[in-house]
Parts: sequence; structure tokens; C-alpha cells
Amino acid sequence: MAKKEYSFYPGCSSQKGASGSNYQVSVDAMCDVLDIQLNDIPDWNCCSASIGYAGGGELPRLALSARNLALSEEANPGQDVVATCAACWLATRETKDRLLDNGGLMKETNEALSAAGLKVEANQNVRHMVEVLIEDFGYEGLGQHVKKPLEGIKIAGYVGCQTNRPFGIDGESFENPMYLDKLVETMGAEPITNYDKKVSCCGGALAFSEPEKSQALIKDIIESAYDSGAEMIATPCPVCQMNVEVYQDQINAKYKTKFDIPVVYYSQLMSVAYGKSGKEAGLDGQVIRAKKLEEIASK
Amino acid sequence: MSNLNQAMVEKYRNSFLQEVQANVEEGDWVKMCMQCGVCAGSCPMGPYWEHPPQEIFMMIRAGKREEVLSSDSMWMCTSCYNCIARCPRGLPITHIMHGLAHYADRLGLAPKEQPTRKFANKFWDNLTKKGRVNELKLGLALYFMNGFFEGIKVALANQKLGLNMLKAKRMSIAEMFGGHGVKDSNGLHAILKKAREIELAKADEFKG
Repeated sequence: MAKKEYSFYPGCSSQKGASGSNYQVSVDAMCDVLDIQLNDIPDWNCCSASIGYAGGGELPRLALSARNLALSEEANPGQDVVATCAACWLATRETKDRLLDNGGLMKETNEALSAAGLKVEANQNVRHMVEVLIEDFGYEGLGQHVKKPLEGIKIAGYVGCQTNRPFGIDGESFENPMYLDKLVETMGAEPITNYDKKVSCCGGALAFSEPEKSQALIKDIIESAYDSGAEMIATPCPVCQMNVEVYQDQINAKYKTKFDIPVVYYSQLMSVAYGKSGKEAGLDGQVIRAKKLEEIASK
Repeated sequence: MSNLNQAMVEKYRNSFLQEVQANVEEGDWVKMCMQCGVCAGSCPMGPYWEHPPQEIFMMIRAGKREEVLSSDSMWMCTSCYNCIARCPRGLPITHIMHGLAHYADRLGLAPKEQPTRKFANKFWDNLTKKGRVNELKLGLALYFMNGFFEGIKVALANQKLGLNMLKAKRMSIAEMFGGHGVKDSNGLHAILKKAREIELAKADEFKG
């Protein structure tokens, strides 16, 4: 199959030394196998995520994502814009939709962009990496590259919020999307299909500002994974990943639980199944080691 | 009372709903709420809201300006979009909550000590400074947002978490010295300044 090219919006958390840097490592490994070329949007900026609302306001926030779209249209014309971060995807796609939907907003946004000599048309599709995998390759196509099936690992697919709402993945329901389970199954692992916190919120940015309230939510997400027999949690979102993985110590101290469950990205599962090393799959970036994946990777 | 707040009180003396429509993101939708309460039942922070979204919407229509804008409630939004996905009338509730919180903050009416208000503003300042989020500085700003001594306490309580992140190379001390950013930060700042001017001018012209 010919190389596929996309205009790539990596996002803040993917940068070197940032909280989702291991996600990026595994995405690179996965794309190498699938012959995907990601062309970075030059000089991209932060989308302001959702929590940017307090300081931002509507037009300044839309202008941030519009700047990225304008730079993408200049540098990578004709390519779909792809993001791996749920918040990046949501903000960029929302901006595109709203600009196309509202001529007034489009005009105002372009007026703002002209302050830096830029212009946006919002003429590129904005997609999450998961959409690229499912729609451009398909489960069968993705399965063809599996060298080391992840046999015997029971995985709870934690879809979370922003990869699922308000846009979601085409053909999936908001309440019980199945794509992550299907991806897990395609990689040879065992999906926990009745995982009942699949689309529950981890608190998002409130994990920082309201740690107690958010950790109560995270506790339920982990507890439900254990209750349904999972040995590992997989997610498509860097905020979900971090919130569910790194606070397990603090939750254990508060709730007298003994949580110690690895939380990985779908791209890490795929990299290992595709025969990449633990390092290439970003497994050295886990706070809670994913030992079963490490074992398979080192075989 | 801030000057802006004073001006808005005088301008919209008879209608808080009109004020919201003119100044709040997606505020036009408020009047479409039919009070079913699905949003309240779908919110992960449901137990902590003093006024759930449908109540806020009714309070806006009832002209309860002070109560709405000084409320802690909108700041509970985690941006999970559950309310939007489930609202039978299709109201963009998440955006309206963000818009109300932003407007309340701009008027100086939002509760000063609300932790998410503080954090969200620090996030915006952090990302707009260089165009990309500096996670290390953001984390430290968060720890110390309630003063120096409280900050030391919070930092110590989170020491293990920080070390874990450093060890996993998902946090970098290098971010303290410069760190990531866009090259054209002048251009970015010019865009944001212009966008803010347009937005304020538009709110000013709104006739309802």
C-alpha cells in the first residue's frame, strides 16, 4: 500500500519531556509499520484545550485553532489534519465546523489572523488518529501487521470523554462505543466489553484544581476495571491516561485501595503487537510498568 | 463593583437574558432549555453543583444576575460533553457554562478563591505566553496558587508524583529555562489581541 500522508498536529503534551511524550513515541512506531507519514504543522500552537475558557473567550480561542488550520493549509495543502490528543482534535474540529457554519465568525477570525498575515479557509478534514486507523486502514488491515498477538491480556478500553463526545467516531454510540474493544481484539488481546466506566469522566483538568473530587471519579474508573477482570487499561486520550495512571498512589492512600494497574495508549498496544521494542512503544514512559506488554515486546 | 460590571448593569437593566445573549458564548441558546434536567443527571460533578445547568438557565430568564454570575457552579464543568450529547433540545451546554464562567470572570464577579477559576486563568496565561503549554511552570503555578506556605505543603504532598514523572521522562526540568514555544510569538499575540478587540466590539454593538 502506498504511503499515506497527513498534516499532523502533535499538541503540547506530546513534546519532548511532556506528560504524553511516550504517546508520541508509540505513535511514531505505529506509523512506521503502517507506512504513515505525519507532516507536522509548522510552528503550531496550543489549542487552549477546554480549560482555556476562563481567560480566553470565544474568538481568541477559535483564533488559536484557526492559526493552526491556516498554517496547515499553507504547508500541507490537500491533506487531512490529524491529532492524537483528544483535546487538540476537539478544539480544532470544533473551530473548523463553527467557521464553516457561521460566515460572521469566519470573517472575524480571518480579521484576527490577518494581524499575523494569515488566512484560513477551514477546508481540510480534522480527524483523530483513531479515525485514520479505523476508516483508512480498517480492523482487518490493521490486523495484517500483527507479529506478536497480545495473547492472554485482559484489557479495559477506557474511551473517556473527548474522543467520544461531542463528535465521537462515526458509526459509534456515545454511551457504548466499541472501537477501542475492537482494536484491542485486533491486536490479539482480550477486550473487557462490559467495562461500565468506559465513557465516564476522569475529571479532566479538574484533576489539578479539584483533586479530591476528580480522584473520586478516577477511583471508580479503576475499580470498575478491576471488578470486570481487567489487568490493564487502554485509552486514546493523554489526559485520561495521565489522570488514571499517576494518581493511583494518592488514591490508595486515601481510600485504602491497592490499585496498581497499568494504563497505556492504543498505540502502545499496537506497537508491541507490531513487533516494536518496549522502548519504541514508549513503555519506559509508564509510571506503572506494563509488565505483560514488556514481556511480549522482549520476546 | 468593576467599571465594566457597572456599565453592563446600566445597559441591560431590564433583561439579564439579553445581556447573556449578547456577551456569553452560545448565550442565544439559553431560552431553548425546557427544564428536563437530563444535564444535571448526566454531570460527573453533579453532587457539587449549587445550581445545575437547567437551574442556571431558568435563573438567567428570571433575571437573577448576581446569583448566576457569582455562582461557583459553572466552574464545576469538567468539559466531558455528556450534557451536550444527551440534551434533547441540543443545547451546547458545555460551551454556555464556559461562556458564563468567562463572562463572570471578566466582570470580576466570579468567586475569587474558586480553584478552577484560578487554575483555568493560569492555564491561559501559561499557554499564551509562548504559544504552547509549559507543563512544569503550570504545575508549579498550581501548587503555589494559594500562597507560598500552602504551596510548599502541596508540593511536598505531590513530591512522589513529580519524581515518578521525571523518572518516566514525562516531566523536564529544562522547561524551567525557556522550554517549548512557537517561533512567531509576536504574530500569535497580535492575533489574540485582535480577536479580543473584535469580540468586545461585537458585544458592544449587540441590539438583542
